[in-house]
Amino acid sequence: MGAIYRREMGAFFTSGAAYVFLTVFTLLSGVFFFFGVIGSGTTETSNMFSSMFMVVLFLIPILTMKLLSEEKKNRTDQGLLTAPIGLWSIVMGKYLAALTLFILAESVVFIYSIILAYLGNVVWSTLLGNYFAMLFLGSAFIAVGLFISSLTENQMASAVVSMVALFVLYLFDSLAASVSIEAVKKVMLMFSFYSRYLEFTQGVFNLTSVVFFVSVAFVFNFLTVRVLDKRRWG
Amino acid sequence: MIEVKNLTKRYGDKRAVNDISFSVGKGEILGFLGPNGAGKSTTMNMLTGYISSTSGQILINGVDILEDPIKAKANIGYLPEIPPLYVDMTVDGYLNFMYDLKKCKISRKAHLEEVCNLCQISGVRNRLIRNLSKGYKQRVGLAQALINNPPVLILDEPTVGLDPNQIIEIRTLIKKLGKKHTVILSSHILPEIQAVCDRIIIINKGVVAADGTAEEIATHLTNEHKMTIRIEGSTHTAADKKEIVEAIKGIDGIKYVRADMEREKGIYDYDVEADENVDIRRALNTLCREREWNILMLQLSAMTLEDIFLKITMGDEVIAKEKAAEMGRKPENTAPKFSLDIKDGELVATEVEKEEKLLVDQSFDDDDENNEGGEK
Repeated sequence: MGAIYRREMGAFFTSGAAYVFLTVFTLLSGVFFFFGVIGSGTTETSNMFSSMFMVVLFLIPILTMKLLSEEKKNRTDQGLLTAPIGLWSIVMGKYLAALTLFILAESVVFIYSIILAYLGNVVWSTLLGNYFAMLFLGSAFIAVGLFISSLTENQMASAVVSMVALFVLYLFDSLAASVSIEAVKKVMLMFSFYSRYLEFTQGVFNLTSVVFFVSVAFVFNFLTVRVLDKRRWG
Repeated sequence: MIEVKNLTKRYGDKRAVNDISFSVGKGEILGFLGPNGAGKSTTMNMLTGYISSTSGQILINGVDILEDPIKAKANIGYLPEIPPLYVDMTVDGYLNFMYDLKKCKISRKAHLEEVCNLCQISGVRNRLIRNLSKGYKQRVGLAQALINNPPVLILDEPTVGLDPNQIIEIRTLIKKLGKKHTVILSSHILPEIQAVCDRIIIINKGVVAADGTAEEIATHLTNEHKMTIRIEGSTHTAADKKEIVEAIKGIDGIKYVRADMEREKGIYDYDVEADENVDIRRALNTLCREREWNILMLQLSAMTLEDIFLKITMGDEVIAKEKAAEMGRKPENTAPKFSLDIKDGELVATEVEKEEKLLVDQSFDDDDENNEGGEK
């Protein structure tokens, strides 16, 4: 797992994906920070974080798009799958590499907090709550992206499908509103990433939501392992 | 070292590999020979645990590859058909990655140096794999397989895309490796297998068609008494040829006789095949003495690996073609005849008996048409 993790981290930076991701992430969060927080004269960061949902949604596929699709295309998966390591090690190595980069990007908010501390009082509980909310959201999204990357050989297809899939997850709230069958509505709301995330940004620390995001991450990583395993039996 | 029992791989209805069994001992170099699409790569992918078998069992060093894949894979170094190289890494970075991936315990610096020296890539260690030539990429692929000194090496067409010098280098290297490792290598190039391998398995259409050393396979298959004879007739004309063929046909136990090309002026070669266990050499000699012909050459045609390969892989097809040639045309006509004329000071060769040939061909066509009509 360590070898794969290190290789992926290196590949993020040599391929430039890391730079694109970090640049766009800091740029957009900076814009939201400036207009949403500094511009409106508050130290309340919840607005900034709720806006960042969409940014995370569209940026995560850039991290995950080639994690497994490129391996399949270049036949390098043959090297991994015939090495004396388990499938979980392969998937987790890649997953944790993407997650590390995401945490790195996300940690830019600590720079904002220093600025805020200089200008006024930082509400650390909301800031940290939001920080972890985004972390959980990201960990779930990365697992979804990694799973979709395992299904194709084409990294562009992987990116587009991941974006669409994550967007559909985001739309679950609005869709649920127009569903008249109560049971279906309930189920859809249960899987609503956005409302769960919003709850966090409003300062509510809901343990079921944490469990939800971690479970989603686990389930999709599990599915990715299954996809790799199934390919051997094809 | 490696034991394969009743290995089968099915893709839908198609059996890519069908009930293959063999075993490879320690320090043996085994060659997988077969035409493209025979199931060589599929077998190798199963041996290395990249794909699973539909049924059957593979034991690597006594460990079942499906039951304990990690332990079994630790014993294998694999160079797939397309080397699994990350082109965005340097050679050094890549080899270090493979070193970590294989959880190698041997001292890193010394081991990588040794592997690089073996594969002669020490000079390119700091270059990006993307920028390497195909030959170097292949060698990096081989180096990767050698990391952690696996007792079993599985190499899928290791010399594809290399120039002749590199091919010789890689062959020498494989031979050297064969002293310490068990090697399985696949190829559709015969001389390569012949040059490197102790033992050969010929795979065709997913089944083992032959298994043994080159000599064993050859003797197993050549129980026919085939020879080529060059006989000098009395008149040095084509009439000789007819006479000689007819005369040889008269010898007991002759299966077929065919006049080959004109080797010396008025002298022809004859391919003769006798029934099994019949030695016609003495009878031939007597015949020639009686008729006052001279035997200028007699060569028993031992089967080369190439003949064997063709025979096994083309199988019935070749025999059918030969039979058609025997039945459809008189043996003498198989080699085209030319008459030489001098026209306007230039030597002109024209094919004679062309009309007769055309007729034969047409009659073949007619047959085909009739067959088609019958099917309708």
